Amino acid sequence: MSPTAWGWLVLGFPLAGFLVNAFGWRVMRGRTAGWIATIAIGLAFVCAIGATVSLLGHSESDREVTSSLWTYASAAGLDIKIGILVDPLSAFMILVVSGVSTLIHLYSVAYLDSDRGYSRYFAYLNFFVFSMLLLVLAGNFVLLIIGWAFVGFASYALISFWYRRETATKAGMKAFVINVIGDVGLVLATFFIFRELGSFDYLTVFREVPQHFSTNSGVLIAICLLLLVGAFAKSAQLPLHTWLPDAMEGPTPVSALIHAATMVTAGVYLIARMYVLFEQAPTAADISAFIGLATLIFAATCALAVTDLKRIIAYSTISQIGYMIVGVSIGAYAAGMFQLMTHAFFKALLFMAAGSVISAMAGTQDINRMGGLRKAMPITSKLMIIGALALAAFPFMSGFFSKDEILGYAIHRGGFYVIFAIGGYFAALLTAFYAFRIIFRVFWGKPVSEAQELEHGHLAHAPPENPLTGEEEDTDVGFPGEEHHIAERDWPMWLAMSVLGFLSIFGGVVEIPGLDNVVENFLAGSFLDSKLYENLPTVAADWGGLALGGLISIVGISLAYFAYVRRPGTTAALIRRFGPLYKLFVNKWYFDELYDAVIYRPLLAVGRFCNDVVERVVVQGIVAAAVDVVRGVGVVVRGAQSGFVRAYALLLIGGFAALGLYFLIAAH
Amino acid sequence: MIYVAFFAGAIGAVGGAIAVIAMRNPFYSVLALVIHLVALAGLFLLLYAQFIAAAQIVVYAGAVMVLYVFVAAYVGAVEEPLWEPIPGQRFLAPMLAAALLVELAIAILGTGLSAIDSGGPTLPGGFGTPNQIGHLLLEQFLVVFEAASMLLLVAAVGAVTLAARSRKRDEPDRARETPA
Amino acid sequence: MTVTWYVVLSAVLFAIGAGGVLIRRSPLVILLCLELMLNAGNLALVAFSRAHGNAEGQVFALIVMVVAACEVVVGLGLIVAMYRRRLTLNVDDMRSLKG
Repeated sequence: MSPTAWGWLVLGFPLAGFLVNAFGWRVMRGRTAGWIATIAIGLAFVCAIGATVSLLGHSESDREVTSSLWTYASAAGLDIKIGILVDPLSAFMILVVSGVSTLIHLYSVAYLDSDRGYSRYFAYLNFFVFSMLLLVLAGNFVLLIIGWAFVGFASYALISFWYRRETATKAGMKAFVINVIGDVGLVLATFFIFRELGSFDYLTVFREVPQHFSTNSGVLIAICLLLLVGAFAKSAQLPLHTWLPDAMEGPTPVSALIHAATMVTAGVYLIARMYVLFEQAPTAADISAFIGLATLIFAATCALAVTDLKRIIAYSTISQIGYMIVGVSIGAYAAGMFQLMTHAFFKALLFMAAGSVISAMAGTQDINRMGGLRKAMPITSKLMIIGALALAAFPFMSGFFSKDEILGYAIHRGGFYVIFAIGGYFAALLTAFYAFRIIFRVFWGKPVSEAQELEHGHLAHAPPENPLTGEEEDTDVGFPGEEHHIAERDWPMWLAMSVLGFLSIFGGVVEIPGLDNVVENFLAGSFLDSKLYENLPTVAADWGGLALGGLISIVGISLAYFAYVRRPGTTAALIRRFGPLYKLFVNKWYFDELYDAVIYRPLLAVGRFCNDVVERVVVQGIVAAAVDVVRGVGVVVRGAQSGFVRAYALLLIGGFAALGLYFLIAAH
Repeated sequence: MIYVAFFAGAIGAVGGAIAVIAMRNPFYSVLALVIHLVALAGLFLLLYAQFIAAAQIVVYAGAVMVLYVFVAAYVGAVEEPLWEPIPGQRFLAPMLAAALLVELAIAILGTGLSAIDSGGPTLPGGFGTPNQIGHLLLEQFLVVFEAASMLLLVAAVGAVTLAARSRKRDEPDRARETPA
Repeated sequence: MTVTWYVVLSAVLFAIGAGGVLIRRSPLVILLCLELMLNAGNLALVAFSRAHGNAEGQVFALIVMVVAACEVVVGLGLIVAMYRRRLTLNVDDMRSLKG
């Protein structure tokens, strides 16, 4: 079968799963909805493999295959088709997305078992995967925007999944609003592209851009900046990052899937896909890289101070995506995509393990209340350590190869790009530190009461409450279910986590400098016209960078060990000494407060003014006046209905006389 | 000669009409209308419509007016108060009637119809005789004729139904009030 | 004697009848005025029939007479019914259509 036939199947299975779960939820008992959804995505993964294999059957320079189902709009100069593009980049993405999604679905089958909204969850999750695959496989800008918007909706629906929890619905709205800002950027960029080049189709646009635009032309920079607005909103980079930590209100597998492995990588994918535009407007690419750098350092500092387990991992995600953005912005496309893949593995693993830990702690997410869970949770702790090692880029784990390849490329490009490498290594130190901050805080030290209970084989229970605010809840639909599932007891959970653990350790073997370049060679088919793709550092330089990165990682882990295990009072002392700095980090650099003061409150005031003055006085006044006029006219006209027969006769004859008069005049 | 006849008929018709609308007593109005109808019959004769003239006298003045006389006698005089509840009616009604007359007059007198100006073509013998009308009714206008008879039937039935004495009504009939 | 005279006379009679309908308040007299108007129409018809030399106008006038008779029958029946039920015979007092 042709690659695109496989591509349509990849889209079809998740859509079918979504429809079945959405419409058949009443008749499904127990875990059926979960298995249906998981199998649907599993089949999508199989088809993704099929697409890749089929694509490899094409020659190296002929790997951009398109296919369209029908023409969506064909009028007024528009020609929009429902068309997909299967090339190495999209094949790579659908493999990662469908593969990791299958594992997360498997995990969710057990994790959300007692939740009353089980089928709804899997319907949304399948819809999300369908949208993400649509976004990735889109062959033109319009379908990209459609996928982009659907993904935003799915994210909103899943963040607010426990809809009776007010913090969750607020977080969902926040995510959606910021997402819309990104959508606007994307749509405007598409509009400008269409206006300049006259087409929405990717291949046509990419062909025309170098001919139509001069290097760094103003319009092209504007287009790229608008694309970046879209990318940064979706990928939670500065300044549009505030939604991601709040998005942790959703169920943990959702955080794993959407906010770690797939949706937030859409921005990275976008920049890589639009490489032709960015290479033609290097200024925009540099701006993108700097924002990525700023984000990655900022997020790493916040992850050092925040105390909610899932939010630490969320800031870690923001930081790691900063790496990817830097990577694809400076031209290290293969490295950036490779980092995307490995990050998907270990970040999803970390979230899954965090979910298990939170379940063991009966719903608590505050790491200050956790400790000593190592003995009680052998599987979870080992797998989480593997994830943390990969995150910290410990030598020979998957994260080691991917992250340091980006930094090596930055050094190789020379000039001011070295800044990215310096910043990147500094943040790598912080990353290693906070990754093991989590590990040592949660699993080392004196076991807390929940851990002790679990060691005796009894899973702790607590009255259901909101982990953030402590509000009381119940376990009916709209709130989490009453059961808590941990990896040690539920086989879907530890199976999914183990596969990811394996991939976190060995996922790096596909791109060892000097040995093999699987990812790089495979993706070359998508970057044929790139001037930066082939500009790679030497193997020795690569290994030099890797060595430096590994060293930094070990130093970071050691510092964390020292601070948390050897001398437990260290962090408290540091907090006392660097008080203001700590406050800055813990309050996430006051971004939320800034947005509240600068954007939210003024807009609220404008809204109130509009309601009180414009709506009440002007609009209501106009409407009331119109009503009064009509009513007045009615009163007047009603006067003619006097009930007197003779009056009616008068009007009759009067009318006849008038008519006669008219005809007499007209006849002359 | 013909002028005399015409004006005699015209004055009779107009006079009768004015008397109809001016008389207080409805009985007198009915009588005035009878005079009007007879005058019109005379005018019909002038227009070579013998049958119509005869029908007018026999049917209209003879039957329909007798009906009116009966009802006027039954109902009696109706009080018509001087005060006019509809504002402007007293003033507008004659005005509108006059306006109507003026417009019609202008239309007639200024018309482009040529036939109206002449005395009419020389008529064949037998024009307007019962013979000719009868032929027309039964040959050309048969459907109309039949429809007219249906209409008469319906009207008769309707009138009987309307004026019939209702059996279940509590109010005693006025006619029975006065002791015999 | 041209036909114009007759038609003008018919217009005069029609206007008088119309004025009567508007002015009088007794239903009986209003019916009488309606008769006036119908007869005026008859006169016009017969006059035009003479003008065209076509007897169809006279047949029309005959049918008008039939219709007038039917209308009178029904109208008078109504008046009798009203009188029997002691309803007021003043057209201005019947105002159910007001509103």
